[in-house]
Amino acid sequence: MNTIDRAGDEKRPDDGGRVGAQSATATFGADEPLALDSGVSLSPFTIAYTTYGTLNADKSNVVLICHALTLDQYAASAHPTTGKAGWWPHMVGPGQPIDTDRFFVICPNVIGGCMGTTGPKDIDPATGKPYGLDFPVITIGDMVRAQAMLLDRLGIGDLFCVVGGSMGGMQVLQWAAAYPGRVFAAIPIATAARHSAQNIAFHEVGRQAIMADPEWQQGAYLIEGTNPAKGLAVARMAAHITYLSETALHRKFGRNLQDRETVTYGFDADFQIESYLRHQGSTFVDRFDANSYLYLTRAMDYFDLADDYGGVLANAFRGTKARFCVVSFTSDWLFPTSDSRQTVHALNAVAANVSFVEIRTDKGHDAFLLDEPEMFATLRGFIDSAARTRGLGA
Amino acid sequence: MSHGNGYSTGRVDLDLIAQMIAPGSRVLDVGCGDGELLELLTRKKNVDGRGVELSQEGVNACVARGLSVVQGDADTDLADYPDDAFDYVILSQTIQATRNPREVLRAMKRIGRHVVVSFPNFGHWRVRLQLLFSGRMPETPSLGHSWYDTPNIHLCTLLDFTKLCDDLGLAIEDVVTVSGETTRRLTRPGAIANLLAGDAVFLLSRHDRQTR
Repeated sequence: MNTIDRAGDEKRPDDGGRVGAQSATATFGADEPLALDSGVSLSPFTIAYTTYGTLNADKSNVVLICHALTLDQYAASAHPTTGKAGWWPHMVGPGQPIDTDRFFVICPNVIGGCMGTTGPKDIDPATGKPYGLDFPVITIGDMVRAQAMLLDRLGIGDLFCVVGGSMGGMQVLQWAAAYPGRVFAAIPIATAARHSAQNIAFHEVGRQAIMADPEWQQGAYLIEGTNPAKGLAVARMAAHITYLSETALHRKFGRNLQDRETVTYGFDADFQIESYLRHQGSTFVDRFDANSYLYLTRAMDYFDLADDYGGVLANAFRGTKARFCVVSFTSDWLFPTSDSRQTVHALNAVAANVSFVEIRTDKGHDAFLLDEPEMFATLRGFIDSAARTRGLGA
Repeated sequence: MSHGNGYSTGRVDLDLIAQMIAPGSRVLDVGCGDGELLELLTRKKNVDGRGVELSQEGVNACVARGLSVVQGDADTDLADYPDDAFDYVILSQTIQATRNPREVLRAMKRIGRHVVVSFPNFGHWRVRLQLLFSGRMPETPSLGHSWYDTPNIHLCTLLDFTKLCDDLGLAIEDVVTVSGETTRRLTRPGAIANLLAGDAVFLLSRHDRQTR
């Protein structure tokens, strides 16, 4: 039963050009609450998503893209606020590894997000005001559960492939563990089956920066009419450093000065790297909600897949029929190769079909979003061979 | 782990290895290169195959063939596999390029019920004569590198390898030697085979398995 067009849901064609982008929302009413890991039942809730390509007759060509912490459903089409092209142009599109001429791609905004899916900036039906901190804490498991409900709504049973990097990769692992029968191929990129202490620490720095902004107002800034932009910008600046590598920073900026011949003996942005980070911070606040940042970083912190399976990660994948392609990057110190190897180790322990590749690059964690030809070569080969096995043709 | 000496040997050992593998078994190919052997085994023997390969190009080629291959190093990453995970663990033309062949072999014994190893025989008469008469490190078609840049850092003879198998409690089930176009099947290589064989393929199993 295809009910996306029913009352309460809306669908609009996107300016996606050849990728055939369509943005839509699906709303789940009081009769379909989202059962959260915290025990809270979230209702009503809406999932905003974008699709690319065409669903085939037997619905066997579905690729689910799970987005990272501060990304959204606009993987291959323009962002409505910034106007920037999709965030995964090298991966998704006609003739790309995730070929929109062959696959039907679904990219939903995660629960707790701020791009149309229900999150802390939306109205709490109990109070008629924005949730703020009254929004329940969500987990990676909750995000995936909501996505499964969306697929059910769309009448889609199995996923040909589920793919994502960073927080998106966590969702991929969660999908494989929670819905083993629904996943044919899984591509977790630059991710981990559990968030490390160092990463929790960085997240905490970001959250404290937001909370230290007086305009945050205990999370009630939407009600108070304030904007914790400074705190959110600092959080973004700190996080952005962790997405890069020392080599990449040095190559890009070195100790170069910004529009000046000499240092100013002050605290202006003398160095290009300072100017760059300030720019990253200030543009981020235009497109992201501060409370959403708190909730989504928390979801990542809580992620420890083994914990749900008696502390043994391999048990999360026992009996899986999915084929996996795990990808890491040599210069990623946020989700280092050792994290990916833990996943590979667990998959080996249950004799799963797993491939693993460590891409040599100096671009750090962000490499999964950038032009990395070796990664595309690996994933193109993996996806094409999986498609052949699935009878989807080349 | 890429094949230490490339693909110049014509890969006659691939067919020999394939003959040793029981149909439908679980196989790990360590140093699987571009996946030629794994694909052969999947197609002809219907095995459930996995690979380990050091080079990016090799892994990409394997993945594109639909093979499940993990980028890794025989010397360090066999630790990722549980005990008794495979019926056969194969090390084809790679052992001489490992840093610690003894530990690699020990890990393979732990992971697989059978171990298959193929390698160039450094006891071959041509190798011996080269060193004897030229006084310089031998270079042969299958060992075509100068001493200073060869990946083949742990070369051995058939007798050396046999001794190592004995030390590790690996029973020799089958040996096939290759010299040019000629292959010979032996139960255990002796001095003559050690002189004549250019390459050899060993099928090994645990001693303890037979007494179980």
